[in-house]
Amino acid sequence: MQHSKTQDTLVGMFVAVGIAALFYMALQISNLGSYSNGDSYTVSARFQNSGGLKIKSPVSLAGVKIGRVSSITLDKSSHEAVVEMRIDSQYDNLPDDSSASIYTAGLLGEQYISIDPGSSEDYLKDKSRLDITSSAIVLEEMIGKFMMNKAEGK
Amino acid sequence: MLEFLELLGKTARGSFAKLGRATFFLMHVLAGIREVLPRPNLLNKQLYSVGVLSFLIIAISGLFVGMVLGLQGYYILSDFGADESLGLMVAASLVRELGPVVSALLFAGRAGSALTAEIGLMKATEQLSGMEMMAVDPINRIITPRFLAGLISTPLLAAIFSSIGVMGGHLVGVGMLGVDDGAFWAQMQNGIDFNEDIINGVIKSVVFGFVVSWIALFEGYDSVPTSEGVSRATTRTVVNSAFSILGLDFILTALMFGDI
Repeated sequence: MQHSKTQDTLVGMFVAVGIAALFYMALQISNLGSYSNGDSYTVSARFQNSGGLKIKSPVSLAGVKIGRVSSITLDKSSHEAVVEMRIDSQYDNLPDDSSASIYTAGLLGEQYISIDPGSSEDYLKDKSRLDITSSAIVLEEMIGKFMMNKAEGK
Repeated sequence: MLEFLELLGKTARGSFAKLGRATFFLMHVLAGIREVLPRPNLLNKQLYSVGVLSFLIIAISGLFVGMVLGLQGYYILSDFGADESLGLMVAASLVRELGPVVSALLFAGRAGSALTAEIGLMKATEQLSGMEMMAVDPINRIITPRFLAGLISTPLLAAIFSSIGVMGGHLVGVGMLGVDDGAFWAQMQNGIDFNEDIINGVIKSVVFGFVVSWIALFEGYDSVPTSEGVSRATTRTVVNSAFSILGLDFILTALMFGDI
């Protein structure tokens, strides 16, 4: 079996291109490049209705993404949705009386949590809770109410 | 009726026996890895014939699959006014499904059939028996390097396929159809998760590479040592690989992405 240098070089190039493609996928295609997966803290909020919110839905403040939803569970005693979100620790100066609302991006887009900052001097810490919340708007419900009002008005 | 049952029993016994032989074969091949690793030259040669020579077909197919996805996706998405999501659609379908599956199918056709024919012919011309006579284990020397090369090449080829496909989709979507460049990448990066999509895609292609190399090498090793036998074994390799890839893909997808 003869040993050929060009063959070695080609194999080396093949492996290098393959690994480069893996890196390309990781950095350019996936969210790994924009991950600040370092430090974050968890904040929870309770909603009457969490609508179409999903794990990993964005959490934004003034339109800037500051974190992601990490879990959505149901509180059995109050029948409310408990949404936990991880917020990047660089945003550690959110007032603790901030409110959280679930909005929809565009008419049919995905739902996200928007945080409106309050005016308190104390800041949110890990495991703290947002008390003022407003639920997701369910389109069918709104249309239903609108139709009812129309019918009653006549 | 009795003849039918007899035939059924015979077929079942035959397939079980083959499955058993294939399993022992696999054990032997895996045990041979220890012997191959100290001799990287053996592996290098196979990486060349299995991986490097498959590169071109994978790259060109990836480019065209990506370009077609860009075109088709654009026509459907623009009906809903969602043509910015084109990047996400192209990348998700490539990384999750088409990359691993199509590159494994091409790999089975390009490299798997060649492996079966090579091993089958070695058996037919009694080269394998010749090695045994010289007290060289043909499985360690011939089969295991090829198996390892297949196992290493497929994930790399799938990654190349997906990356070039995304570039092809970008070429058509942004270059020809006028989708916004920023939105194309932003939607993609928002929607594709590293652990969930990319790692799962790589796991899929490793599984496919394992199965295709196993089938190809076993069919060659188990073939009837005549020209007809080798030709049948080659056909069986391609057919069985395609079945196993598509069947396993369903199972893996259900395990990874479904909530089963």
